[in-house]
Amino acid sequence: MADVSTKEKAIQLSHGGGGKEMNKLIRDLFFAEFDNPILRSEEDAAKLELQGATAFTTDSFTVSPLFFAGGDIGKLAIAGTVNDLAMMGAEPQYLSCSVIIEEGFSLKDLTTIVRSMAKELKQSGARIVCGDTKVVPKGCADGLFINTSGVGRILRPNISAANVAPGDAIIVSRDIGCHGAAILMAREGLTLESTLQSDCATLWPVVEQLIAANIPLHAMRDATRGGLSAVLNEWAVAANVGITVNEASIPVCDEVKGLCELYGFEPMDLANEGTFILAVPNDIALGALEIMQRFGHCESAAIIGTVSDELPGKVILRTPWNTKRYLDLPQGELLPRIC
Amino acid sequence: MLELKQLYQGFRDPQTIASLAKDIAQVAHSLDQQINIMEVCGGHTHTIMKYGLLDLLPDNIEFIHGPGCPVCIMPKERIDQAAVLAQQEDVILVTLGDMIRVPGSQGSLASFRAKGCDIRPIYDPLDTLKIARDNPNKTVVFFAIGFETSTPMTAILLQLAEQEKLANLFFHINHVLVPPAIDAVMHDPNARVNAFIGPAHVSVISGAKIYRPAVEQYGTPVVVSGFEPVDVMESILRIVRQKAAGKAELDIQYSRAVSEQGNLAAQAKVEQFFQIRPQFRWRGLGPIPNSALQLRDEYAHRDAELRFKDRLPVKEIDDHKACQCGDILRGLAKPKDCKVFGRGCNPETPLGSCMVSSEGACNAYYRYQGIDSKEQHHG
Repeated sequence: MADVSTKEKAIQLSHGGGGKEMNKLIRDLFFAEFDNPILRSEEDAAKLELQGATAFTTDSFTVSPLFFAGGDIGKLAIAGTVNDLAMMGAEPQYLSCSVIIEEGFSLKDLTTIVRSMAKELKQSGARIVCGDTKVVPKGCADGLFINTSGVGRILRPNISAANVAPGDAIIVSRDIGCHGAAILMAREGLTLESTLQSDCATLWPVVEQLIAANIPLHAMRDATRGGLSAVLNEWAVAANVGITVNEASIPVCDEVKGLCELYGFEPMDLANEGTFILAVPNDIALGALEIMQRFGHCESAAIIGTVSDELPGKVILRTPWNTKRYLDLPQGELLPRIC
Repeated sequence: MLELKQLYQGFRDPQTIASLAKDIAQVAHSLDQQINIMEVCGGHTHTIMKYGLLDLLPDNIEFIHGPGCPVCIMPKERIDQAAVLAQQEDVILVTLGDMIRVPGSQGSLASFRAKGCDIRPIYDPLDTLKIARDNPNKTVVFFAIGFETSTPMTAILLQLAEQEKLANLFFHINHVLVPPAIDAVMHDPNARVNAFIGPAHVSVISGAKIYRPAVEQYGTPVVVSGFEPVDVMESILRIVRQKAAGKAELDIQYSRAVSEQGNLAAQAKVEQFFQIRPQFRWRGLGPIPNSALQLRDEYAHRDAELRFKDRLPVKEIDDHKACQCGDILRGLAKPKDCKVFGRGCNPETPLGSCMVSSEGACNAYYRYQGIDSKEQHHG
């Protein structure tokens, strides 16, 4: 591992200038951490050997703060793109990595973030095979932006929001809302002390188990921005089905519940970065759950609802006292309540 | 160590809720009258809709959603004033949560923030102190909103600003009072309300006593209620029991924190810094005398309305003609009665303020619209 962790060194505009400084940064940091033959070939584009149907996705990552309990922007940038591939039943293979760095950004922080990316890649075995580095003048970016794109071989075709069908069960892979809650807590203005950690994680290992067990996966989606509410509403519309979820079955940890009580948020609206929802036929739901719990480290996974043809396009939440209401899409920026 | 869940867990117990619903139905069944309960506070509207409580109530109990949401009652001209303040050179405008989404006549504060104005939503009013300290060369204006519940926090902020001699901190005061709003609702010749649920957090500060005049003058039960589903259901039960016994009394359901007298120290702080404003125009309800507060004359040097008097627009601006927020706030219409509800007006692009705040009746209906309940569905 190259030693670039010199104290308080900062990124300068010359690091993005295409000259000596940029080459050194790329070699000493990015190549050293992401090392693989395709990346090292240093051609204008990476040459890939792809077989069969391939999934392709891209995502840009901006998060404030860059470091949060349970992760950082680097971990997020890898897990996010890898998870998008996994949700399509694709084995994550090759990623690109573009960074836009604000002049003056700490080299130590950049190193920490790149190492965090390298570590997260190990969870799926995907490799970064091409990349780009730009440095923009101070004030033109908020520290660091990362874009990752990824491709992966589709092992299980026909996973689609449109395939959610009446008679399906809805499963959530773990307790919801941890990432959104951890970020809110870390932001200035909402000062709270808690041991809460973001759920940020690579989901490929558990998806791989589900595929290996031949579970018929109708739809899968990681519940990122917009949370559980957004995924279920998108599915209800895409498949023109009604989805009913039981509030009492939705796993939410005490810290997230507490934050929501204090600020007037809904756990179902908070973002996740390592939590996914899946729709599978009702009769194999328990089997899928067992695989997730036993082999996929999803100890708190739960069956939370069912799909029917009633009220198509709508998501209904059943309260513990058996009343019903719509679970609507979250709207607007999340603002704490007034009193 | 006290955990947050201990504060609410028992108050969401399905069995307790079911048994309260049964008791309510039993007593209400014996009554030959319609009970129109106004939950004054938007927080209660939210509880009723979010927890689907309408599904559990008999047909002769109706909820009329009152004007107790500080965002919903803010007239456009006050928001325009906030926008003008935010546009001043070197001004930082600080306000609470949802306020930045409410449309004024020129747009919401969020739209002015997008144009580059320095507008900061905060959770704790005391965060304003840090903003003022950190920006000595800027003028910081706290756009203060809220009912009796939040006024003491503004009083403390003012007190600390005085103690620290923070010369750059100003206040635009929009604190309003619950009892005059109840009077305004009841003085309407079409008023149908015959019982009230009063917000517990207001009475934690002001005491239950503020509702005595309403009980005596209008002969309506007033139950001061907490915000959990068990609290609201128990308060409804207490109302129907009063009705069955032919009584109209002031009752404190939220006895775990509300007393007759309230928090005397907080009341003294409010008294120290504020005086009654002769008149305040409420969105939907119009001008109500003695219904709001303003800074005492001794603190006029911190009053943004005086400091920027020459620039602040004062022209009264009514809501869009199609918007029925006014009737909704007076309990004369339900959100679904409004022609633009869910069509021209939704939480993303609200026409009226009741759609903006999570405590607004329209917003609660839009989000949670009862299914198979007495309320008609939207969409």
